Amino acid sequence: MADKQPKSDILLDIRNLRIEATVYPPGEPPKNITLVHDVSLTLEKGKVLGLIGESGAGKSTIGLSAMGYGRGGVRITGGEVILNGRDILKGGKEGFRKLRGREVCYVAQSAAAAFNPAHRLMDQVVEATLLHGTATRAAAEKRAVALFKKLSLPNPESIGERFPHQVSGGQLQRVMTAMALCSEPDLIVFDEPTTALDVTTQIDVLAAIKDAIRDTHVAALYITHDLAVVAQVSDEIMVLRHGRLVEWGGTRQIIKEPRQEYTNALVSVHEIEHQEQKPGTTPFLSVKNITAAYGRSHIKVLKNVSVDIYPGQTLAVVGESGSGKSTLARAVTGLLPPEEGTVTFDGRPLANRLADRPKEDLRQLQMIYQMADVAMNPRQTVGTIIGRPLEFYFGLRGRQRDARVAELLDKIEMGKGFIDRYPAELSGGQKQRVCIARSLAAKPKLIICDEVTSALDPLVAHGILELLLELQKEENVAYLFITHDLATVKSIADSIAVMYRGEVVRYGAKSQVLTPPFDAYTDLLLSSVPEMEIGWLEKAIKGRRMASAGN
Amino acid sequence: MSSPIVKLVAQRIALGILLLLAVSVLIFAGTQILPGDVAQAILGQSATPESLANLREQLGLNDPAFIRYFRWLGGVVTGDLGTAMSSGQDIATSIKGRLWNTLFLAFWAAAVAVPLAIILGLIAVRYRNGWVDKLISGLALASTSFPEFFIGYVLVYFFAVKYQIFPGISTVYDGMPFGERMQAIMLPAAALTLVVLAHMMRMTRAAILNVMQSAYVETAELKGLSAFAVIRRHAFPNAIAPIINVVMLNLAYLIVGVVVVEVIFVYPGMGQYLVDHVTKRDVPVVQAVGLIFAAVYISLNIIADIAAIIANPRLRHPK
Repeated sequence: MADKQPKSDILLDIRNLRIEATVYPPGEPPKNITLVHDVSLTLEKGKVLGLIGESGAGKSTIGLSAMGYGRGGVRITGGEVILNGRDILKGGKEGFRKLRGREVCYVAQSAAAAFNPAHRLMDQVVEATLLHGTATRAAAEKRAVALFKKLSLPNPESIGERFPHQVSGGQLQRVMTAMALCSEPDLIVFDEPTTALDVTTQIDVLAAIKDAIRDTHVAALYITHDLAVVAQVSDEIMVLRHGRLVEWGGTRQIIKEPRQEYTNALVSVHEIEHQEQKPGTTPFLSVKNITAAYGRSHIKVLKNVSVDIYPGQTLAVVGESGSGKSTLARAVTGLLPPEEGTVTFDGRPLANRLADRPKEDLRQLQMIYQMADVAMNPRQTVGTIIGRPLEFYFGLRGRQRDARVAELLDKIEMGKGFIDRYPAELSGGQKQRVCIARSLAAKPKLIICDEVTSALDPLVAHGILELLLELQKEENVAYLFITHDLATVKSIADSIAVMYRGEVVRYGAKSQVLTPPFDAYTDLLLSSVPEMEIGWLEKAIKGRRMASAGN
Repeated sequence: MSSPIVKLVAQRIALGILLLLAVSVLIFAGTQILPGDVAQAILGQSATPESLANLREQLGLNDPAFIRYFRWLGGVVTGDLGTAMSSGQDIATSIKGRLWNTLFLAFWAAAVAVPLAIILGLIAVRYRNGWVDKLISGLALASTSFPEFFIGYVLVYFFAVKYQIFPGISTVYDGMPFGERMQAIMLPAAALTLVVLAHMMRMTRAAILNVMQSAYVETAELKGLSAFAVIRRHAFPNAIAPIINVVMLNLAYLIVGVVVVEVIFVYPGMGQYLVDHVTKRDVPVVQAVGLIFAAVYISLNIIADIAAIIANPRLRHPK
């Protein structure tokens, strides 16, 4: 745009935006809460603004306000949203409909859920274009195919014929980006577009999105909780917390010279110094040559997997989704009896099936899950949840049990006041802590942690990792730590097993696994972890030796 | 069509046949348990022990039950439903015309009720929790809650007695002109429509509302589609399986559950026929009608299952 006045370069101008919602707490009268407090921002044509913050920061809510959309009863109660020179909040429903899908398009976090399973991809990609009458069907489809090519999707000519379930997650995310670009909007709202993807897939999608933004000169609001990701694509970054602006500046300034303490905490979140422990002489738990499959399937999810776990140490199992890391946990716990191979515990073989294991063996192996809120009975109090293993394994009752529950709550740095709370009254981090306390209550030798920090905000996850390390020192418990996040692995592991398509491709002490020379897959995995460095993305793409499996 | 669908459909059909066989056993056994037998029923008051024994011998009633079952089943499979004891007529011939009448009535009731229920369901979702939704739900619920004979008589009172628009007795005969026939079935069809409407409507509403929570509905809204287009194009296709299920259940009801309505309007259908012969304790007729009703029920449910399988794009287009 070669306009004379610089002012007309402004595409989006949000002024003093206030967003409220009505909540209905159980047993209390409904009340209004404010989600966004007088946030203002401006976005120039063709620029990318990253909105960053933890969950509940209001970043998605602000992003969707650019389309006049409030998710689940959320209301815009104050301020102005000026898009292309007019306040869209004054346009009414009809006005919103005209701008959605035409001036502003949306790319959701999970494309797998955001595509309608009943329609072919092409019909969905061109739907908005046809609806707003900006092109004929033939022209729109041609444009879509060109976009598929630009986003380096395989078979761009025919991928539109497919249904969503026939395409992988990473590809769907790119098709969704093509869908947003197809109606040639002025602004795209990207709402965590790579969060649900594996790291190795994320990097491809990120690069595709970045190229597409550059080539089409579309402006974007890029919403994410991952600063390293947003640093790759944004011109400017806005840090939000609890619906309020914390800091807003150029990308370099935010990641290199943050002015606010909170931003600083976000930037430096992942660094836990963890001294690697040397493996002892004898492992207490040995997984030997395990092969496993689900049902009577011929597809082996685990192929000849062997790992050892030493007392009081952490074995991290890393890999992408589908690599078999959770299945390994299921085989160790007996939930999925392996077809071949054995699990040895304290020098004797464990029964393959969960039902055949004595109570004592069950006690020794405990588990913590990714989704803490669905791993607890919502109708039981924290005291009951933590007290249950005490009753079940040790027969503790009454005051003895309560005393031990209080002790455990203390260990997870939560006060006695939580005993009578229900899971719904806890934050995500607190829920995970309760789950940790529940597993500790059994005094196990091994806790299997399955993606325990993946659903948490970085700062909260950091706290959980520190707690786990602290508890390991105190209780001498070992962890089998399953994760896709390499930064977490560096902070917590003593030894590492890298899994790829059901096999352990690299295994050894942490220092050894993370020291070159790498095999091709470990190299891909390591080089795909976003770094908080401008220009990292281009460097990483250039340096790759193999393509990721998700594509 | 791809192989998983063929396999699933074949499975459903095989299961259906098996189920029908099981039902035939039950029907046969049920009529055996009832006190008295056909011979007693035929001879009635004039029965003497000798004549009873003779007739039993003649009808083969002394054979073991399973032989009689297979004899009956063999007849059914070859289209011979036996003879009615009360009239001595061939059951298959007298049922044919009546089955046709029942299907005719059910068809027109369904032709009105199904689209109406789905459209009302869509409208209820569009204006969910508003007064339109509540009005639709309330009226539909009311019409279901009234017993069908009550609805039937109310219709007769207004449309046949007071305003005399439609006949109160739905006589139909062979060779009746289509227009007259339609006029004759107007009131029973209306009564049936009112009875089945609410169930289908509420299920449509619930099934679509369930889908309205999905992320892809939000995607559609964010493309700028109107509320109704979102429901019709994006929510409805994904809610179709449960809707088909409840529609089929109601279609089955229209055929096998019309007894009361047929009696009220003296409509010469299967229900009327069944009631007549139950009062006469005409076991072969009751068996035949029971089996036909079971077959209708089972096949409509198989159709619902198959439709739900075909409606699933994951099965229709495997990876």
